[in-house]
This record gives sequence, C-alpha cells and structure tokens, in this order.
Amino acid sequence: MSDVKNILLVGVGGQGTILASKILSEGLMDAGYDVKMSEIHGMSQRGGNVSTQIRFGSKVFSPIIGKGEADIIVAFEKMEALRWIEYLNPEGKIVINDAEIPSAPVQMGIASYPEGIIEELSEKVITYVFKASEVAESLGNPKSMNLVLLGALVKAMGLPQIGWEDIIKRNIKPAFQEINIQAFRAGQSQVS
Amino acid sequence: MKQMMTGNEAIARGAYEAGLVFASAYPGTPSTEILENLSNYKDELYCEWAPNEKVALESAIGASVAGVRSLAAMKHVGVNVAADPLFTFAYTGVTGGCVLVSADDPGMHSSQNEQDNRNYATAARVLMLEPSDSSEAKDFTKLAFRLSEEFDTPVMLRVTTRICHSKSIAELEKREETPPIAYERNIAKYVATPANGMKLRRSLVDRLKAMEAYSNRAEINKAEYNGNRVGVICAGAAYQYAKDVFGADASYLKLGMTYPMPMDLIKEFASKVETLYVIEEMDPYMENQIKAAGIHCIGKEIIPEFDELNPDRIRHAVFGTKSKTVKSEKQAVVRPPTLCAGCPHRGFFYALSKKKNVMITGDIGCYTLGSAPPLSAMDTTFCMGGSISAGHGAAKAFRQTGRDTKVVAVIGDSTFFHSGITSLMDVVYNKGNCVTVILDNRTTGMTGHQENPGTGRTLMGEPALEVDIPLLCKAIGIKNENIYAVNPLDLKETNKALNEAMQKEEPTVIVASWPCAIKKFSEGDKARFDLLKRKCIIDQEKCKRCKACVRTGCPAILSGERILIQPEACTGCSICLQVCPFSAISFVE
Repeated sequence: MSDVKNILLVGVGGQGTILASKILSEGLMDAGYDVKMSEIHGMSQRGGNVSTQIRFGSKVFSPIIGKGEADIIVAFEKMEALRWIEYLNPEGKIVINDAEIPSAPVQMGIASYPEGIIEELSEKVITYVFKASEVAESLGNPKSMNLVLLGALVKAMGLPQIGWEDIIKRNIKPAFQEINIQAFRAGQSQVS
Repeated sequence: MKQMMTGNEAIARGAYEAGLVFASAYPGTPSTEILENLSNYKDELYCEWAPNEKVALESAIGASVAGVRSLAAMKHVGVNVAADPLFTFAYTGVTGGCVLVSADDPGMHSSQNEQDNRNYATAARVLMLEPSDSSEAKDFTKLAFRLSEEFDTPVMLRVTTRICHSKSIAELEKREETPPIAYERNIAKYVATPANGMKLRRSLVDRLKAMEAYSNRAEINKAEYNGNRVGVICAGAAYQYAKDVFGADASYLKLGMTYPMPMDLIKEFASKVETLYVIEEMDPYMENQIKAAGIHCIGKEIIPEFDELNPDRIRHAVFGTKSKTVKSEKQAVVRPPTLCAGCPHRGFFYALSKKKNVMITGDIGCYTLGSAPPLSAMDTTFCMGGSISAGHGAAKAFRQTGRDTKVVAVIGDSTFFHSGITSLMDVVYNKGNCVTVILDNRTTGMTGHQENPGTGRTLMGEPALEVDIPLLCKAIGIKNENIYAVNPLDLKETNKALNEAMQKEEPTVIVASWPCAIKKFSEGDKARFDLLKRKCIIDQEKCKRCKACVRTGCPAILSGERILIQPEACTGCSICLQVCPFSAISFVE
C-alpha cells in the first residue's frame, strides 16, 4: 500500500499559492520524503485560477492526482474550494480562506457568486474555515495570507515538525521573514 | 547537491552541465523557462531570444556546424515553424551536438492545439528522447548531446507540460567543458543540393539502423519485470501515471528513447507477459508501431486519445473504477483569464468593437483575449503571425466577390516580429487593403514579459537596438500618410485612426503603443510614456448604473447594486472615464 499523501492548493493568480507550495515541498524534501509538485499557472496573471498539487511519501510517481484523491485541499478563495471539491477524498480535509474574489462574469453582473459554499462543504467533510486575509492583515502584512494558510495546512496534516521556520527564512527576503513566520504561527493556531 | 526543480530548470541545468555554448528560443508555454534559466549561466555560455522558432533552430544549426554544443527550445507549435530546417538537418547531421526541445501541451493549458510532436521524430527521422521527471530531464539532456555527436543527428528532447512545470528532485553536477571542434569546410555534408542530399539521405538509413541498435541496448529503455500477467509499455509522464495505476505487480517497459523504437526489446517484453498495455498521452504513436510489428496490445481502444491523462483517467479506462469523490449541488462560476486592469489592448478593442461590417483577424498573444465577452472583437485566430495574411486573403475575397466588408488584422509587437512582417509585405506587394493594427505593448506579454527585438534589451540583459516599427512598415512600402501612431488608451485618437484607415483603399497600419500594465517599465518606457500612477473613482451621486464602464470588461470594476472601482486593482488607464456618458468617473491622484 502506497504511503503517498496528496495536497492540493487552489486559488486565484496573485494570492501566493506558488510560494506556499515551494516552501512546503522544500520542507518535505528536507524531511527525507520523495516529493513531486505540479502547477498550472499559464494564465494566472490574467485573473485565471491556479492550482498546485504536491505529493509526498517514500516514493512518488505521478506528479498529478485525479478526482477523489486529495488528502487535503487548501482553498485560498471560497469559490475555488467549490470548483475543486471533487478532487477531495471523502475522508479528507479542506482548509478554506473565507474570502470572496468575484470572477469576470460575476463582476459584470451576468452570473452570481454561489452562496452557502462553506455551510454546504462543512456538512460533507472536515472543514477548517477562517479569514486568513484578516489574520494576515492584523499582523500588519496582508500579503502574508499565504503563510497563514500554510501554517494551517501543516497543522491540519499533522506534518512532523520539520524546520519550517528555517525554510521560510530561506525563501523570503530578510525584511519580511519575521512577519511571515508570525503569519505561519498564527495559521497553525487556527487549526485545533 | 539535491534540489527540487522543474523539468525546464532541469533541462537548462543539463545543457549547462553538458558544456552547452549556444542556445536560442522563441518564448512559448510550456517551454519558456528553459532559456530563462539558461541565462542564469550567462558567464559560461551564450543564449538569446530569436524572433521565431525557425530562426532559433537555424541559429543552433549554425552553432553546431561551427563546432559547439547548441540547443533550440520551443513549444510544440513552434516546431511547425522550425520544421523546414529540421527535416534537412536530419540529413546533414551535426558537428557539435545539437538538441531541439519540443514542449508539447496535452490538455491545451495554454495553446491553440494539442498536436503530438512525437510524430515529427518519425517524419523527420530524428532521434527522440522522452524524460519522465526532472531528474531524467537533466540526465537525458546531457545524454542527448552525446548521442547527437555519436550518431551524427539532431536529437529531439520531447517533453510535455507536466514534465516542464512539475518539480521533482534532481542531483546537481559540475559542468564539463567541451572544447570546440576545429572548423573545416565540408560541402558534401552541409550544402544540401539535390546531389549531396541524396547521398545524405542514403547515409541517414545507415545512421538510423545504428540508432535503432542503440535503442535496443540503451540503459534508458528498461524493462522492470514483476510477474508475467500484465505488462505495460510507457514513456514520459505517462510512465509515472501507469506506475500509480498498475502498481508493483505489473511489469513495465519504460522507454526513454522513443525514436527509433527498440522493437527487439519490445518483442521480447511482449513475449513475456499475458496482457500488454500501451499507455501513452494523445496519439497512438508507440501503439501504431507496435501493432505494425504484429504485436497484440491494448491501447487507444480504451485510453483516451485526447486531453491530458492522469492516474484517475487511466484507472477508469483500464479497470472501470472511479475514486469516491465529494460532490456539491452548487456550481462554481468560471474564472476565465481576462485582459488585466489597465491593459492597453482594452482601449483599442473597445473602439474596434463598435465598428460595423468588419471582420477582425486575430493572432496569438494576450490580445487574443479581446475575443472574450464583453468586447468579443475578434473573428479568427489560427497561429503566430496569421492575422495579417488571413486578413489579406479575406479582404481580397470580399472585394473579388463584390462585398464591402472591411478587414482589420490585429497582431502584437512580438508576434509581428515573429512572422507578421512577411505577411504585411504580401499586403503591399499584392495591393491588398486590410487594416493592420500592431498592438505594441513593448514586451512579449502572454508568456511573461520576455525581451524581443522591439524592447531594447536582450535575454542576457544587454542593451540592444529597438526595431522602429513605423519605419519598418515604410520600408516595406506602406505610405507615410497610411501609418497611424496612436495611444490605445486614448479612445478618441484610436477611433479617429480606425475610421480613417478603414476608409482607405490602400493598405494601412495603425501602431498602437503603450506598455503592458503589469510589466516592469524600462527606462525607455518611462521616458516615452506618461506612466503616472493614478486611480479612477466613480461619483455615486452622478452614476446612473448604465454599466457602460462595466462593458469595457475591466476586472477592476465591480458591478452590483452600486458600480465600484476597486482602488487596489485600478491603474488609472481611464478607459471607463472616457466611456461614461454621465461624467461620473474622475481621477484621484
């Protein structure tokens, strides 16, 4: 039986999913796991959605997963949680940033943003919901929202205490290290 | 040292370690980062952006003939552009090892088609390698240079989006310096006249036999025997998917070299297993060759022939099983890519979208998004550089058949340099009258802001001469009075130019210049354009909710009970301000 775990990070271009997944995969590699990561970001800068898949275990083959295979999804935005929910294993968990970014048809008023996403998903699977953007903002740097969510992910996955903070330092400019480490800790404390 | 790297980083690293001296490419997803990463080694090698893929490959050929290891990289459709030199290069062979990287895009994440470029290897008869992760991407790149020199052939390194953009662990090694091979004129080898060509064609038969013999003994074509019930033949990303699906009890023949195919090895493997599957993405490339050799196998009868594969799709195809999933009653609204807030193309397409009785031929770039609602200002898009020629043909057809529909061809600066110039020459030479619009956003936008012959910089960061687009058009034969230089964010000016140009019987060119809103502005941009940062704001007292601003498709504008401009997204481009009939929008500095 394979011991491979699957993580899916989904969001909207510019939310920092790529940095979060970089830190995550480096940490897992340092901890001795085989790791593969795949991202689709072709048009993310133009307002499209982004998805990053990370798989780790003693030996990983495919860098991508199919529907029903994610052990955990971290949705950086609510509607993206809905878009990708079919990829979650029914026994899996989902971390949702309670934030709403309307897509173009919603902005133009030709489609409406779906309501009650969190309520519905909370009934179906283990769900951790909080306003990561507000947590980051209260620490003084709204951009560190991605590290808040990374902290929550690490806690929710029960990942071994890898030297995450050193890896964060390795990937972030000195001036922003402290605030991002605080964000990472704050994210961990959101998951009990 | 071990490092997580993408396939593209690994290819760049492999080429560097192999002593590469010259590389050239035209940017194209998913291949772009290969050259971007190579430029990190610019102290030890030379690399450049070519205006198109044909130029890139021809330059790499020249470097090979001059005795150094060289590489050209491109997306799958780029190989169509470079196919002309490729087929003859297979005949002549190489001096320094030469590698062509073809990055295919199954699932069309960022492409206009999903052609399977493995077919080029058989058509052009060039040795092909297919890595299945980053570690192999690096190793196979190094091997490709060695095989290129050993078998006197260009080598195609064929990768796909999931190889290029997936990260896995690879081991870094040192660069091996390869001294240049002494140059000697060799007319019989490199001047492909019909007489020389036929001799080269015969010698290619012998070289291919030697390559096939190697393919049968190559370490990268490897059988993993785990019992005789099920055998799977696979290559590239599909190998990784198959391992997940068939597990440890199946046997595998994992092919790293897929042209020429190791037919002896395949026959031997097939004879040892009861049921043989061929798992491959897109075309039945391996399967057709295996079946042609009289070997029974299961392939595209069950495995989907298009769209990207993943373990789940293969599992469903082979075993009929599907993973349990979480379903929702609700539907997520699509999140299509859009022209960015402040995009200079928006103003131009807004003006163009109001014109009646017009056919708009488009091209490949960010501006293809001008085809999306609410602007919907585009009728065709085929390929790089196709807008002007398709526009020319359409204009001729309308005129020849007595119809007065006007044709406007829309092309970006980088795409114009790529393959639009010859089309414009055709319009002038053959007395066409389509209106050519060059949307000059001072960069190669869609692929992530690469330099091009109009930006004033090279890939290696050196200053360069900028092509003067209006002067180039004049040299081709567009009359001075038929060239309009406009600011596409000025709707009045753009409209006036469009109206005048569309009235003329002679060919016209509108050069609409403004830098891409999300690029890092160069010193040249700052000197030439008024790039003051400001914002637009809607006065809610004056706003009548007519939604004229919403219909510009700007992602900074939110339409609900009230119409709002999100200040963090707004760049102050002022298109909304210009279209508001109630003067409800103004600047805030």
